[in-house]
Amino acid sequence: MIAIVDYGVGNLFSLISSFKKIGADITVTADPKVIAESDGIILPGVGAFEDAARKLRDSGLDKVIIAETKKGKKLMGICLGMQMLFERSYEYGCHEGLGLLKGSIVPMKDTIPSDLKIPHIGWNALHFTRESDLFKYIKPDDCVYFVHSFYASDCDDSVIATAEYGKELTAAVQKDNVMGCQFHPEKSGEVGLNILRAFCEME
Amino acid sequence: MITKRIIPCLDIKDGRVVKGTNFKGLNDVSSPIELARLYSDSLADELVFYDITASFEGRQLFTDILTQVASEIFIPLTVGGGINTVDDFDRVLKCGADKVSVNSGAIKNPLLIRDAARKYGDQCVVLSVDIKRVDGAFHVFAKGGREDTGIEAINWIKQGVANGAGEIVVNSIDTDGVKGGFDIELLKLVCDVVNVPVIASGGAGNMQHFVDLFKEIPDIDAGLAASIFHFGEVAIPDLKQELKRNDIIVRL
Repeated sequence: MIAIVDYGVGNLFSLISSFKKIGADITVTADPKVIAESDGIILPGVGAFEDAARKLRDSGLDKVIIAETKKGKKLMGICLGMQMLFERSYEYGCHEGLGLLKGSIVPMKDTIPSDLKIPHIGWNALHFTRESDLFKYIKPDDCVYFVHSFYASDCDDSVIATAEYGKELTAAVQKDNVMGCQFHPEKSGEVGLNILRAFCEME
Repeated sequence: MITKRIIPCLDIKDGRVVKGTNFKGLNDVSSPIELARLYSDSLADELVFYDITASFEGRQLFTDILTQVASEIFIPLTVGGGINTVDDFDRVLKCGADKVSVNSGAIKNPLLIRDAARKYGDQCVVLSVDIKRVDGAFHVFAKGGREDTGIEAINWIKQGVANGAGEIVVNSIDTDGVKGGFDIELLKLVCDVVNVPVIASGGAGNMQHFVDLFKEIPDIDAGLAASIFHFGEVAIPDLKQELKRNDIIVRL
């Protein structure tokens, strides 16, 4: 069973529908026991980093997620959920993340050419930078759907895919059992479903 | 690089897809769910659902259809029609919409854009504007293109973006349903003044019109159309290939 962490951030409708579509066994939960019993964890999230990080901490679920992933349980953060995996974010201040991955979340503004619109919104091609089982059902240059104004920087070697938008922006990350997608697999058609499918099939 | 988007628009009335010419004389075309699936499978980059039903029953039917579509179609969905309050945003977002398009509701209450953007983020708020030339000026029209508000369109759009609209749909009433091509003059004016994505609507009659759109206005993000897709005059995969042949970056 895959636990989708429900900590009051964003709408989970599409994510739940996507997992149902691929026939995955999912539970939407804020219960630490359920998360501890799951085979894998999905950390979703849209909105502001500070608010989401606080909600996760206030619920105490941050500790559960960290403890479970340290034991080797697979985890995937999606969009803001991916950003939360990192050490910190500079979105309106400096806010602490889960620290499961090295790196910081920084604004696109000032680092991409000024004629490009922000947020980076729409379909963009994935450039694989490392092999990952997450991509076993998709191919290089498959397009996925992005909506974001901040991106993960100084990620050490965790980047497994980038997307070009003025520069190569971090699109997906993996360090062992900890994974994340900046884009929305639940909005990326068949390609997105295939990424979720690959995650579900991982040991 | 980000791809140019092709967006079929589905006008829904009493649970069915309709499309009129110049907004009048509606014809029933097809089932919204079947059509949504067909489009999603044939490389549509996004779907727009427009609720043109006024009755309460019709609205309920629309909500049901939206939920059904959103649970089966995994590309972005934008919903518009009868969005007058932040509660309306809430209602359609809970049914699985990703973005909500406001039109007459923003004319009645311009603060709607600001309030919704603060609650759901700019990227969720789409300002849709029906525009027609009146005595050499571009005017905003309300109520599905029936009522001249007298508001100057370009300033209205600038104001909407300042209030938090994250995307603009420019629908030219002058070119809508005529199938003579998009309203390049108007669209260029809009692209010059905003830094959010602009979606062109109204006037697509064939594939060349989309090529012209993206070639003549490199800043335009998407082309939206209804009848040419609904009646099978243009198939989206063919359109994407044609755009690619013309060096326009698309998702294939």
